[in-house]
Amino acid sequence: MVKINGQPAEAAGKTVAQIVEEQGLNVQRVAVELNGDIVKRSDFDKVVVKEDDSMEIVNFVGGG
Amino acid sequence: MTREEYFNALIERHGKEAQEKFSNAAVGIAGLGGLGSNIAFFLARLGIGKLVLADFDRVDVTNLNRQQYRVADLGRYKAEALKEQLLGINPYCVYETHSVKLTEENIPEIFSECDIICEAFDKADQKAMITETVLSDMKNVILVSGSGMAGTDSANKITTRKVMSRFYLCGDEKSDIADGCGLMAPRVAVCAAHQATAVMKLILGQSPV
Repeated sequence: MVKINGQPAEAAGKTVAQIVEEQGLNVQRVAVELNGDIVKRSDFDKVVVKEDDSMEIVNFVGGG
Repeated sequence: MTREEYFNALIERHGKEAQEKFSNAAVGIAGLGGLGSNIAFFLARLGIGKLVLADFDRVDVTNLNRQQYRVADLGRYKAEALKEQLLGINPYCVYETHSVKLTEENIPEIFSECDIICEAFDKADQKAMITETVLSDMKNVILVSGSGMAGTDSANKITTRKVMSRFYLCGDEKSDIADGCGLMAPRVAVCAAHQATAVMKLILGQSPV
Protein backbone atom coordinates (compact mmCIF):
# COMPACT_ATOMS: atom_id res chain seq x y z
CA MET A 1 0.00 0.00 0.00
CA VAL A 2 1.00 3.60 -0.60
CA LYS A 3 -0.25 6.37 1.66
CA ILE A 4 -1.70 9.32 -0.27
CA ASN A 5 -2.79 12.30 1.86
CA GLY A 6 -3.01 9.98 4.83
CA GLN A 7 -5.20 7.39 3.08
CA PRO A 8 -4.04 3.97 1.89
CA ALA A 9 -4.04 3.55 -1.89
CA GLU A 10 -3.05 0.97 -4.46
CA ALA A 11 -0.45 3.04 -6.26
CA ALA A 12 2.87 1.20 -6.04
CA GLY A 13 4.59 0.98 -9.41
CA LYS A 14 2.88 4.06 -10.84
CA THR A 15 4.60 7.33 -11.68
CA VAL A 16 3.72 10.52 -9.81
CA ALA A 17 2.21 11.85 -13.08
CA GLN A 18 -0.05 8.81 -13.38
CA ILE A 19 -1.23 9.08 -9.80
CA VAL A 20 -1.99 12.80 -10.15
CA GLU A 21 -3.92 12.25 -13.37
CA GLU A 22 -5.84 9.28 -11.95
CA GLN A 23 -7.00 11.53 -9.13
CA GLY A 24 -8.47 13.82 -11.79
CA LEU A 25 -5.99 16.58 -11.02
CA ASN A 26 -4.06 18.93 -13.30
CA VAL A 27 -0.28 18.46 -12.98
CA GLN A 28 0.18 22.24 -13.41
CA ARG A 29 -1.89 22.97 -10.31
CA VAL A 30 -0.49 20.53 -7.75
CA ALA A 31 2.45 20.26 -5.39
CA VAL A 32 3.66 16.76 -4.55
CA GLU A 33 5.78 15.60 -1.66
CA LEU A 34 7.09 12.03 -1.61
CA ASN A 35 8.59 10.64 1.61
CA GLY A 36 9.25 14.15 2.89
CA ASP A 37 10.81 15.62 -0.26
CA ILE A 38 9.17 17.85 -2.86
CA VAL A 39 8.94 16.27 -6.32
CA LYS A 40 9.59 18.70 -9.20
CA ARG A 41 7.03 18.80 -11.99
CA SER A 42 9.77 17.91 -14.48
CA ASP A 43 10.27 14.64 -12.57
CA PHE A 44 6.59 13.65 -12.33
CA ASP A 45 6.94 11.26 -15.30
CA LYS A 46 10.17 9.73 -13.98
CA VAL A 47 9.53 9.17 -10.28
CA VAL A 48 7.95 5.78 -9.60
CA VAL A 49 6.13 5.33 -6.30
CA LYS A 50 7.04 2.24 -4.26
CA GLU A 51 5.29 0.11 -1.65
CA ASP A 52 5.07 1.87 1.76
CA ASP A 53 5.82 5.28 0.22
CA SER A 54 3.99 8.27 1.66
CA MET A 55 2.73 11.05 -0.63
CA GLU A 56 1.10 14.41 -0.05
CA ILE A 57 -0.68 15.93 -3.03
CA VAL A 58 -1.88 19.52 -2.69
CA ASN A 59 -4.40 20.62 -5.29
CA PHE A 60 -4.42 24.41 -5.60
CA VAL A 61 -7.57 26.30 -6.59
CA GLY A 62 -7.79 29.77 -8.07
CA GLY A 63 -8.45 32.97 -6.21
CA GLY A 64 -6.45 35.42 -4.13
CA MET B 1 6.05 61.01 17.58
CA THR B 2 9.45 59.40 17.70
CA ARG B 3 10.55 55.95 16.63
CA GLU B 4 11.01 55.10 20.30
CA GLU B 5 7.47 56.17 21.16
CA TYR B 6 6.10 54.07 18.30
CA PHE B 7 7.99 50.97 19.36
CA ASN B 8 7.05 51.48 23.01
CA ALA B 9 3.42 51.46 21.92
CA LEU B 10 3.97 48.17 20.04
CA ILE B 11 5.81 46.71 23.03
CA GLU B 12 2.92 47.73 25.28
CA ARG B 13 0.57 45.72 23.06
CA HIS B 14 2.72 42.78 22.04
CA GLY B 15 5.27 42.42 24.85
CA LYS B 16 8.98 43.14 24.60
CA GLU B 17 10.11 39.64 23.68
CA ALA B 18 7.54 39.23 20.93
CA GLN B 19 8.29 42.67 19.50
CA GLU B 20 11.99 41.92 19.31
CA LYS B 21 11.25 38.77 17.33
CA PHE B 22 8.90 40.67 15.00
CA SER B 23 11.49 43.41 14.46
CA ASN B 24 14.17 40.88 13.53
CA ALA B 25 12.02 39.02 11.01
CA ALA B 26 11.92 39.40 7.22
CA VAL B 27 8.81 38.16 5.42
CA GLY B 28 8.09 38.00 1.70
CA ILE B 29 4.66 38.46 0.16
CA ALA B 30 4.30 37.06 -3.36
CA GLY B 31 1.31 38.77 -4.94
CA LEU B 32 -0.31 41.92 -3.56
CA GLY B 33 -3.96 41.33 -4.38
CA GLY B 34 -6.78 40.27 -2.11
CA LEU B 35 -4.57 38.06 0.01
CA GLY B 36 -1.25 39.86 -0.25
CA SER B 37 -2.42 43.41 0.43
CA ASN B 38 -4.34 42.28 3.51
CA ILE B 39 -1.44 40.17 4.78
CA ALA B 40 0.86 43.19 4.34
CA PHE B 41 -1.40 45.40 6.48
CA PHE B 42 -1.44 42.80 9.28
CA LEU B 43 2.32 42.28 9.24
CA ALA B 44 3.07 46.02 9.13
CA ARG B 45 0.87 46.51 12.17
CA LEU B 46 2.74 43.71 13.98
CA GLY B 47 5.94 45.62 13.26
CA ILE B 48 7.67 42.94 11.17
CA GLY B 49 11.15 44.35 10.52
CA LYS B 50 11.24 43.85 6.76
CA LEU B 51 8.55 43.10 4.20
CA VAL B 52 9.51 42.17 0.64
CA LEU B 53 6.49 43.00 -1.52
CA ALA B 54 6.26 41.71 -5.10
CA ASP B 55 3.55 42.06 -7.73
CA PHE B 56 3.81 43.05 -11.42
CA ASP B 57 0.29 44.43 -11.57
CA ARG B 58 -1.35 47.86 -11.37
CA VAL B 59 -4.44 48.75 -9.31
CA ASP B 60 -7.71 48.27 -11.23
CA VAL B 61 -11.22 49.29 -10.22
CA THR B 62 -12.19 45.59 -10.04
CA ASN B 63 -9.61 45.17 -7.25
CA LEU B 64 -11.31 47.61 -4.87
CA ASN B 65 -13.97 45.14 -3.76
CA ARG B 66 -11.39 43.26 -1.64
CA GLN B 67 -7.87 44.60 -2.01
CA GLN B 68 -6.34 47.26 0.22
CA TYR B 69 -6.19 50.02 -2.37
CA ARG B 70 -8.08 53.29 -2.81
CA VAL B 71 -9.71 55.08 -5.75
CA ALA B 72 -6.72 57.44 -5.76
CA ASP B 73 -4.44 54.42 -6.40
CA LEU B 74 -6.09 53.38 -9.69
CA GLY B 75 -3.47 52.81 -12.38
CA ARG B 76 -0.55 52.80 -9.96
CA TYR B 77 1.73 49.83 -9.44
CA LYS B 78 0.30 47.81 -6.53
CA ALA B 79 3.69 47.53 -4.84
CA GLU B 80 4.10 51.32 -4.80
CA ALA B 81 0.54 52.10 -3.72
CA LEU B 82 0.72 49.51 -0.95
CA LYS B 83 4.09 50.71 0.33
CA GLU B 84 2.77 54.26 0.59
CA GLN B 85 -0.15 53.14 2.74
CA LEU B 86 2.00 50.88 4.88
CA LEU B 87 4.44 53.73 5.59
CA GLY B 88 1.47 55.71 6.85
CA ILE B 89 0.62 52.90 9.27
CA ASN B 90 4.11 51.86 10.38
CA PRO B 91 6.88 54.14 9.14
CA TYR B 92 9.56 52.03 10.82
CA CYS B 93 9.32 48.77 8.85
CA VAL B 94 11.54 48.37 5.81
CA TYR B 95 9.38 47.85 2.71
CA GLU B 96 11.25 46.51 -0.29
CA THR B 97 9.11 46.57 -3.44
CA HIS B 98 9.41 44.68 -6.73
CA SER B 99 7.01 45.51 -9.56
CA VAL B 100 7.97 42.41 -11.54
CA LYS B 101 6.35 39.15 -12.55
CA LEU B 102 7.58 36.43 -10.23
CA THR B 103 9.06 33.33 -11.86
CA GLU B 104 10.95 30.24 -10.70
CA GLU B 105 14.12 32.06 -11.80
CA ASN B 106 13.74 35.29 -9.80
CA ILE B 107 11.86 34.09 -6.71
CA PRO B 108 14.95 32.82 -4.84
CA GLU B 109 16.77 36.09 -5.51
CA ILE B 110 13.92 38.48 -4.73
CA PHE B 111 13.08 36.74 -1.47
CA SER B 112 16.65 35.81 -0.54
CA GLU B 113 16.49 37.60 2.84
CA CYS B 114 13.13 36.18 3.88
CA ASP B 115 12.61 33.57 6.58
CA ILE B 116 9.00 33.08 5.58
CA ILE B 117 7.19 33.67 2.28
CA CYS B 118 3.43 34.14 1.90
CA GLU B 119 2.03 32.82 -1.36
CA ALA B 120 -0.69 35.28 -2.34
CA PHE B 121 -1.18 34.69 -6.06
CA ASP B 122 -4.47 34.51 -7.90
CA LYS B 123 -3.85 31.61 -10.28
CA ALA B 124 -3.63 27.98 -9.22
CA ASP B 125 -0.70 27.18 -11.51
CA GLN B 126 1.29 30.09 -10.05
CA LYS B 127 0.58 28.79 -6.55
CA ALA B 128 1.94 25.42 -7.63
CA MET B 129 4.98 27.04 -9.25
CA ILE B 130 6.07 29.03 -6.19
CA THR B 131 5.49 26.05 -3.90
CA GLU B 132 7.81 23.89 -6.00
CA THR B 133 10.41 26.67 -6.27
CA VAL B 134 10.50 27.55 -2.57
CA LEU B 135 10.49 23.96 -1.32
CA SER B 136 13.12 22.82 -3.87
CA ASP B 137 15.44 25.81 -4.11
CA MET B 138 15.12 27.75 -0.83
CA LYS B 139 16.00 25.19 1.78
CA ASN B 140 15.37 27.04 5.05
CA VAL B 141 12.37 29.10 4.04
CA ILE B 142 8.85 28.32 5.19
CA LEU B 143 5.98 28.87 2.76
CA VAL B 144 2.46 29.88 3.88
CA SER B 145 0.00 29.56 1.01
CA GLY B 146 -3.62 30.52 0.48
CA SER B 147 -5.94 28.30 -1.56
CA GLY B 148 -9.73 28.30 -1.55
CA MET B 149 -11.48 31.44 -0.36
CA ALA B 150 -13.90 32.33 -3.13
CA GLY B 151 -17.66 32.57 -2.71
CA THR B 152 -19.86 33.15 0.28
CA ASP B 153 -19.55 29.91 2.19
CA SER B 154 -18.98 30.02 5.93
CA ALA B 155 -15.82 31.65 7.23
CA ASN B 156 -15.56 28.64 9.56
CA LYS B 157 -14.50 26.48 6.63
CA ILE B 158 -11.26 28.41 6.25
CA THR B 159 -8.49 26.62 8.12
CA THR B 160 -4.72 26.48 8.49
CA ARG B 161 -3.14 23.11 7.83
CA LYS B 162 0.43 21.91 8.00
CA VAL B 163 0.90 19.89 4.83
CA MET B 164 4.68 19.46 4.65
CA SER B 165 7.53 20.26 7.02
CA ARG B 166 8.00 23.75 5.50
CA PHE B 167 4.56 24.28 3.97
CA TYR B 168 1.35 25.54 5.55
CA LEU B 169 -1.90 25.84 3.62
CA CYS B 170 -4.66 28.30 4.57
CA GLY B 171 -8.11 28.42 3.00
CA ASP B 172 -10.96 26.00 2.47
CA GLU B 173 -8.88 24.27 -0.21
CA LYS B 174 -11.80 23.94 -2.60
CA SER B 175 -13.69 27.16 -3.38
CA ASP B 176 -12.35 28.04 -6.83
CA ILE B 177 -13.04 31.21 -8.80
CA ALA B 178 -13.24 28.92 -11.84
CA ASP B 179 -16.56 27.63 -10.49
CA GLY B 180 -18.01 31.10 -10.90
CA CYS B 181 -17.68 32.10 -7.24
CA GLY B 182 -16.55 35.67 -6.77
CA LEU B 183 -13.94 36.81 -4.31
CA MET B 184 -15.62 38.65 -1.44
CA ALA B 185 -13.76 41.04 0.86
CA PRO B 186 -14.42 39.54 4.28
CA ARG B 187 -13.88 35.90 3.31
CA VAL B 188 -10.66 36.70 1.44
CA ALA B 189 -9.50 38.64 4.49
CA VAL B 190 -10.23 35.65 6.74
CA CYS B 191 -7.83 33.59 4.62
CA ALA B 192 -5.27 36.42 4.65
CA ALA B 193 -5.61 36.66 8.44
CA HIS B 194 -4.98 32.91 8.71
CA GLN B 195 -1.79 33.37 6.72
CA ALA B 196 -0.67 36.39 8.77
CA THR B 197 -1.45 34.51 12.00
CA ALA B 198 0.63 31.55 10.83
CA VAL B 199 3.50 33.93 10.05
CA MET B 200 3.16 35.55 13.48
CA LYS B 201 3.22 32.21 15.27
CA LEU B 202 6.21 30.96 13.28
CA ILE B 203 8.17 34.11 14.16
CA LEU B 204 7.29 33.64 17.83
CA GLY B 205 8.59 30.07 17.68
CA GLN B 206 5.10 28.55 17.92
CA SER B 207 3.50 25.99 15.67
CA PRO B 208 0.77 27.59 13.55
CA VAL B 209 -1.50 24.57 14.00
